[in-house]
Amino acid sequence: MTTSGAPPRIRSRWWPYVATVRYIVLFALVCLFLIPVYVLVVTAMKDPAQVSPSQMWQLPDSLSLDTFADVWPVLEPGFRNSVLMAVPASIISSLLGAANGFVLAKWRFPGADVVFPLILFGMFIPYQAILIPMRELLTDWNLVGGLSGLILVHIIYGLPITTLIFRSYFVTISDELIDSAQVDGAGMIRTLAFVALPIALPAFAVSVIWQFTSAWNDFLFGLVLTSTNSWPVTVALNNIAGGQVVPFHEAMASALLASIPTLLVYILMGRFFMRGLMAGALKG
Amino acid sequence: MSKRFRGGVEAIKDVTLAVEPGEFVVLVGPSGCGKSTLLRMIAGLEEVSSGRILIGEKDVTAQLPQQRDVAMVFQSYALYPRMTVRGNIGFGLRMRGVPKEERRRRVDEVAQVLGLEHLLDRRPAALSGGQRQRVAMGRAIVREPQIFLMDEPLSNLDAKLRVSMRAQLTLLHKRLGVTTVYVTHDQTEAMTLGQRVAVLRDGVLQQVDTPQRLFRHPVNLFVAAFIGSPSMNFVHATVQDGAASFAGVRVPLPPDSSLAGADRPVIVGVRPTSLSLASGNGQPELPVTPAIVEDLGDERYVIFDVDAPRVDTEATRAAVDAQAADDALLVPLDRATFTARLPAGTPVSVGSPITVALDPARLHFFDPATGAALE
Repeated sequence: MTTSGAPPRIRSRWWPYVATVRYIVLFALVCLFLIPVYVLVVTAMKDPAQVSPSQMWQLPDSLSLDTFADVWPVLEPGFRNSVLMAVPASIISSLLGAANGFVLAKWRFPGADVVFPLILFGMFIPYQAILIPMRELLTDWNLVGGLSGLILVHIIYGLPITTLIFRSYFVTISDELIDSAQVDGAGMIRTLAFVALPIALPAFAVSVIWQFTSAWNDFLFGLVLTSTNSWPVTVALNNIAGGQVVPFHEAMASALLASIPTLLVYILMGRFFMRGLMAGALKG
Repeated sequence: MSKRFRGGVEAIKDVTLAVEPGEFVVLVGPSGCGKSTLLRMIAGLEEVSSGRILIGEKDVTAQLPQQRDVAMVFQSYALYPRMTVRGNIGFGLRMRGVPKEERRRRVDEVAQVLGLEHLLDRRPAALSGGQRQRVAMGRAIVREPQIFLMDEPLSNLDAKLRVSMRAQLTLLHKRLGVTTVYVTHDQTEAMTLGQRVAVLRDGVLQQVDTPQRLFRHPVNLFVAAFIGSPSMNFVHATVQDGAASFAGVRVPLPPDSSLAGADRPVIVGVRPTSLSLASGNGQPELPVTPAIVEDLGDERYVIFDVDAPRVDTEATRAAVDAQAADDALLVPLDRATFTARLPAGTPVSVGSPITVALDPARLHFFDPATGAALE
């Protein structure tokens, strides 16, 4: 039997003071961390007349959502482009990463130990270094301007990390499970599809969250590889905030709107982070 | 059906084993002897470096596991965690393109045989160990394969369940009549389940025989020491003038024994059941002092040492290491230690001398140099 809750720990008589100080310090750090978020939210909610650097710390006199309504039409095309780009980019690169990870962990082939580090190496290539040749290549392939080129780039640049995520996950599952699927008549593809992938839901969640966030937040590739019609939200955001005079309230409201999808993805998929989906496969 | 096999993987050395159709063969040996590897080679999960595997008359050596008509039960059961019991049992049929209706019928049938009907919609996580084990069996049975391969399927069950599952396995095999190759490190399991038992050591097949013959006519020291619980007692002895002598006892050899005329050192093996309290019926007697008395209810194991050098060969050590630790004596002795299995009522106590008699007809002789049995 396991009992819930740890047995009471033995504390020194200074403990209450130590605990108080500890929490004060932690609270101060949290405040420091949240200051930008405070300014962001407060400014976005303010009446445009009240927005100025001198009053940035003040709470708004009245809550106003007008600014959101104002910026939405400007932001909307970029927003839609980003969704159309980030969703396929994150799902496809997660699926490919799952296939890679599965083969590297459970369906070993000669040379797997060389291939894996080579794939990982892709994580350490600075984007700036390959930006110009990549644009040249995609121009040759007629992929510059629209979203498909951008999607392709995000899929490929996602592969090292998704491969790593899935490989690390698959090495923890029992070899006997894979053997069993084989004896039951499943080949590589079906073992992956029917046995390995359903178990890998937690890894899939991690991978999709990661990929969606990085594709959504990307600015550099979006700017270089797309034309005006296909600009992702990050570029649209920059256009709002990057003028001669920065309309702070509009910039803040746009930034808030632009950050909602990544938050949503995390909230929706975060519960798959939980382990325990493997429970029951083995003796235990 | 015959399965012929010559492997060259380091783990398996030139094993040739033919399994008759419908036979239950157990591969047994200490851990690391290659028995699981051999089984996985039959399944197609390990490559064969040299030699062939035949199932039926068909050479399957180059076939992938999914192409061979075998089903396997794994030690960890390896149930698919995201599928229900029904999904698990039916997976093999689904992969082989059996239509949905037939699949349903066959899964229901097997579930009934195994008493799993009420669990079909559960996930493996919601099952007990014994239930999981039965699902793993069901997954193999439903396929109606040419061969069942079982890799220590009972080792994760508790002792009581293991004994009852053992009996059920025998019944199941009688009923289905499917050729079965079963791997275990537990010699009791091997002896009770196997119609024939193949003893492996370091990838080399030692002996393939019925449990009776393995017990009565082990071909070498290793098999003798490995089969039987408690293990056979061994002692160094000398054969001269038609009798073997050790520790001051002279055991006359049967006149037809090939050793009768020999003059040479031997290792004598005595089963614990071949020893009894001396009753003066003319059997050779040995005065001893019990060091340990283990009371098991309806029998007593009396452990004592004998005034003769201990037999400590690689073969006996490997066999003893493979047994549960309770068989191994912790006290390192330079003298031979014997275990006698006596009836419960036998008046013995630690420290008070008794006389035990040996049954001369039930002694085993081995060559000290090679370990081979001398008959």
